Amino acid sequence: MTTKSIMIVGVGGQGSLLASKLLGHLLMGQGYDVKVSEVHGMSQRGGSVVTYVRYGDKVCSPVIDQGQADAIVSFELLEAARWLRFLKPGGQVVTNTQQIEPMPVITGAAQYPEQLAEKMQAAGAKVDAIDCLSLAQEAGNAKAVNLVLLGRLSHYFDFPENVWQEAIEACVPEKFLDVNKKAFELGKNA
Amino acid sequence: MKQLILGNAAVARGLYEAGCCIASSYPGTPSTEITEEAAKFPEIYCEWAPNEKVALETAFGASLAGKRAFCGMKHVGLNVAADPLFTMSYTGVNAGLVIAVADDPAMHSSQNEQDSRHYARAAKLPMLEPSDSAEALAFTKLAYELSERFDTPVLLKMCTRVAHSQSVAELSQRQEAPVRPYAKTPQKYVMAPANAVRRHPVVEQRLLDLSAWAETADVNRVEAGSDKSLGILTSSTSYQYVKEACGDRFPILKLGMVWPLPEKLIRDFAAQAERLIIVEEGDPFLEQYCRGLGLAVQGKGLFPLCGELSQNQIGEKLGLPRHVGSALTEELPARPPVMCAGCPHRGLFYTLSQLKCTVLGDIGCYTLGAMPPLSAMDMTLCMGASISGLHGFNKALGQESQGRTVAVIGDSTFVHSGMTGLANVAYNQSNSTVIILDNSITGMTGHQQNPTTGLSLRGDPAGKIDLEALCKAMGIARVRVVDSYDLSACRSAIEEELAAEEPSVIISRRPCVLLKYVKHQAPLSVEKDQCRGCKACMKIGCPAISFREGKAVVDATQCTGCGVCGQLCKFGAMKEGEA
Repeated sequence: MTTKSIMIVGVGGQGSLLASKLLGHLLMGQGYDVKVSEVHGMSQRGGSVVTYVRYGDKVCSPVIDQGQADAIVSFELLEAARWLRFLKPGGQVVTNTQQIEPMPVITGAAQYPEQLAEKMQAAGAKVDAIDCLSLAQEAGNAKAVNLVLLGRLSHYFDFPENVWQEAIEACVPEKFLDVNKKAFELGKNA
Repeated sequence: MKQLILGNAAVARGLYEAGCCIASSYPGTPSTEITEEAAKFPEIYCEWAPNEKVALETAFGASLAGKRAFCGMKHVGLNVAADPLFTMSYTGVNAGLVIAVADDPAMHSSQNEQDSRHYARAAKLPMLEPSDSAEALAFTKLAYELSERFDTPVLLKMCTRVAHSQSVAELSQRQEAPVRPYAKTPQKYVMAPANAVRRHPVVEQRLLDLSAWAETADVNRVEAGSDKSLGILTSSTSYQYVKEACGDRFPILKLGMVWPLPEKLIRDFAAQAERLIIVEEGDPFLEQYCRGLGLAVQGKGLFPLCGELSQNQIGEKLGLPRHVGSALTEELPARPPVMCAGCPHRGLFYTLSQLKCTVLGDIGCYTLGAMPPLSAMDMTLCMGASISGLHGFNKALGQESQGRTVAVIGDSTFVHSGMTGLANVAYNQSNSTVIILDNSITGMTGHQQNPTTGLSLRGDPAGKIDLEALCKAMGIARVRVVDSYDLSACRSAIEEELAAEEPSVIISRRPCVLLKYVKHQAPLSVEKDQCRGCKACMKIGCPAISFREGKAVVDATQCTGCGVCGQLCKFGAMKEGEA
């Protein structure tokens, strides 16, 4: 199998590391060669962050280059748009519709762009945009956005339900398990 | 057992499996997790040293005593540790000594893009360079074998994409390394001139021996390719990009040891390809070596000196099809990193910006004080330079600068390299005002303990430096503490100490808001009727405050209730939340 590439993007501090950990665990369990590349350090302080997840028979580069991603999973709308050039033509975007203003917008030096989901679609991407924050809150914890997104992402994989459930159980601490399983369900059925 | 493992964790696993007993390091992205992960093995004593020089000397001492030792740092840390490094090359080791140094091409979290390979050549030490987690683990173990076999410290060079990428590695059991009894050997370990003169030829011979080893070592391997129109010499993560871009098309000489280099292996490889291409990030290190051999090569003529390489870049230069995506046509607002909501540094930097101070900064989260709207930083150079730089600035300008110029430095950075600068202020008497931003942790690298926190790397009770007593003992009579959440107290402290006719230290003390033990207050909210839309609260650059329909809005999910914004509102519109 040729290497598949998923980018997980968002704002530093939103918790994308759990999403990549869970995907890595799941893909390893399916017998793939896997590489996951993370960002630590300065960018984690509210900056734009990206995690690369790649899997296949034999993965070489740990990073995804422009035009290589099969899917972009985004915790925030502007970040999905920012990394769009990394998506393959016709690739899938799964994004939270939440908008977090970056500092240039807060200071008035720039404006938060409008209708980003529509613009991404016009640029040729398939866009699945859902309000993950509300669904996470409905599940019982605003921080469960990552599981809502993964639930949604599960539509685009052929893995059986129990594979996802097993990965969630392996990667999420026991006391948060119920909330996160619910968040996954809500995302999946949104 | 196979495991998906972070590059840095794989190095830690390598330390464990190789029987390493002692690790002393200073945190620095992208190297930090090596020592943090090593600390999860009870068999390895792990500590955060005050700086990289101390860490390396500690590891050397442990090696001298006969136990396998380790020291980890980021690329700029090796500048600090360079002094012991160069002479350790002469003494050699007793038990194995491995030094990991992590470069940061593209400067994801660094102040420069220096290429650590030059240190291996300059200090005449072997350097291994893994390209993924499996190699990170294997090369760490190999490094101990080489260290003991060739009587040398061994450098293990990581980079961000190897350190911070997870890939699959095979784990095995720990093999205890027998303790090598210490025996007094002054001719080897006392590097006074008479002994050092005799050791230098030993170093030169060792390099020849290591070069001979490198000719046939498994870590330097030729991979066959069907198209001999060119051959590629590469190492590290660049090798992975080459494989991604070219697959098995061209022959590759993949180097696992980048110093010393195998001359014959490289010459033979070059002879069987029509054109030799060198793919390396950073400086033309391998390229210049090959040019020195008289080989015709292409390297930095094709690939950039600055930043990271990528598979697209390599493919394009080699005439292969590149992947193209479609971006939005409009320019999107950037999202630079920012001080967190509730960051204790914010109030202090706001005050410095209001007072229009010249601020000589340092290395840590507080470098973010340079970003708009605070824009309260004039210089950031290296660990500790704020204080020594301020001393020089004030010596140069005297009255003109000393009443409006300050140094800002974090608690960990102060102990790392700021204390010596303060000694210079006290000794050579400049009227300097130094602000220690004491957030009770090493913040930027992800919360490591340090000598001011009273806790060890593993979180156990440890010695604790009393910063006030230390500054006084160094000869600074004016030492005071402020709470950075209290804007008027910050202002009067800075104004008074700048006005004083002698050196002073202000300790701005409040723990990092992200520390687990720090209790957040209920989030503030805006009374819409009272908000006049004056944007005074926006001047502190808090990511939790935005502006909608002419009024300020507080994001309750981010606000920690620090109350700094409330002190700026003249109309009482910022309401404290109810717990």
